[in-house]
Amino acid sequence: MGAEITLRDRFERGLAAPICLTWELTYACNLACTHCLSSSGRRDPNELSTDEATALIDEIAAMKIFYVNIGGGEPMIRRDFFTIVEHAVSRHVGVKFSTNGTRIDAAAARRLASTDYLDIQISIDGADALTSDAVRGAGTYDQARRAMDHLRDANFGPFKISVVMTRHNVGQLDDLAALADAYGAELRLTRLRPSGRGVDVWDALHPTAQQNRDLYRWLLDRPNVLTGDSFFHLSALGEPLEGLNLCGAGRVVCLIDPVGNVYACPFVIHDEFLAGNVRDRGFEAVWTESELFRSLREPGNPGACASCGSYDACRGGCMAAKFFTGLEMTDPDPECVFGHGETALAAKRVEIRPSPSPDHSRRTPVSLSAK
Amino acid sequence: MSLAPPVTFDAHAPWQLSAEVSLRDEAFGALAYHHGNRRLVFLKSPALVDIVRDLENYHTAADAIGAHVASSQQGAYERALASLARSEIIHGR
Repeated sequence: MGAEITLRDRFERGLAAPICLTWELTYACNLACTHCLSSSGRRDPNELSTDEATALIDEIAAMKIFYVNIGGGEPMIRRDFFTIVEHAVSRHVGVKFSTNGTRIDAAAARRLASTDYLDIQISIDGADALTSDAVRGAGTYDQARRAMDHLRDANFGPFKISVVMTRHNVGQLDDLAALADAYGAELRLTRLRPSGRGVDVWDALHPTAQQNRDLYRWLLDRPNVLTGDSFFHLSALGEPLEGLNLCGAGRVVCLIDPVGNVYACPFVIHDEFLAGNVRDRGFEAVWTESELFRSLREPGNPGACASCGSYDACRGGCMAAKFFTGLEMTDPDPECVFGHGETALAAKRVEIRPSPSPDHSRRTPVSLSAK
Repeated sequence: MSLAPPVTFDAHAPWQLSAEVSLRDEAFGALAYHHGNRRLVFLKSPALVDIVRDLENYHTAADAIGAHVASSQQGAYERALASLARSEIIHGR
């Protein structure tokens, strides 16, 4: 019955299959959130077909991957969305999907409520329309709230409300928790990454050092608030937060994008972190044999963090946050709680940051009335 | 997240792995996933995985433990099973 640290070390060496597999179904999206980590907007003509998608689910089931996190883009835009979800459930692969809620009307809510092993998270980025719409677009907060109302009215049960933490909504944590309580929903908070279009807004939106400390203490008091292990870089402040507290990229998590590309995690859609494509030899071959994933499962190099007494708590932080701010993998996390990341960023004087390789952003502004 | 209903684990009663749970073997033991309550639990030793899979073949949980590990470890494995009972990974039969 090994100690917890042993288990964590095991995870860092990788598992037979991912614990957490994210699958972006489409790059198409009817919104244009400023921080979109997959730079979504336009559908890619090369996206997996319905047959390819159901075959992928069969492989996921054979690998005993218990559930997939489906996202996008807006996954409900795919006309075969329910076909894919219902196929997964029929193969005992649970589905949690992330949506902006715009396609959840009363009828869709009833259909979702009648499907077993289905979990939904609806995204808002603030406790009120003013705050949330500033990131997600005018009218999106009210649309998300209507989707929540429909799920409640359809007796869906406890869905999740998913919020990316920014410097404008950290002050609304109690209001967000109250909103979730009012729906009997679970609150899920995730970290803003400089990934995708997020690279353009990260400087202006990422929480301040003081806000990160406030968030850490708030989370410590609320172990039932979900974070997807998002804030492990804050565990360097003291007692570890709930979760595995490690970077799971290529070890316990990975991402399959709409065209079948497999990346190390949902926040690194970039050639540098591309492990392979499911169309070549299937997903399992990528997971077990990719050179990239094998190298990620080697013991990490603490680099600049080697002399820091808290390295074991934060393990140097988030790979994606470093990469897209122009830092090296051996640098501290840009939001290092001791300020070492800010020092590293200042020393680099980064002029050009890597941009995401595939950019599916729309070329023209989105009008919300357009479907 | 709702709290699990209080479950009293009696090692001298018959237990079994829940039909709603999938197990996946890993080098450290196994992952157990409960499709109903969506809990993911780590079984942190291969012996614990063997015991959990074998529970249904013994009259009591204690007998199943005794079949797989030394008596000096009986208490530790009873505590591990009690924890799995609280997560609804195993239940009485």
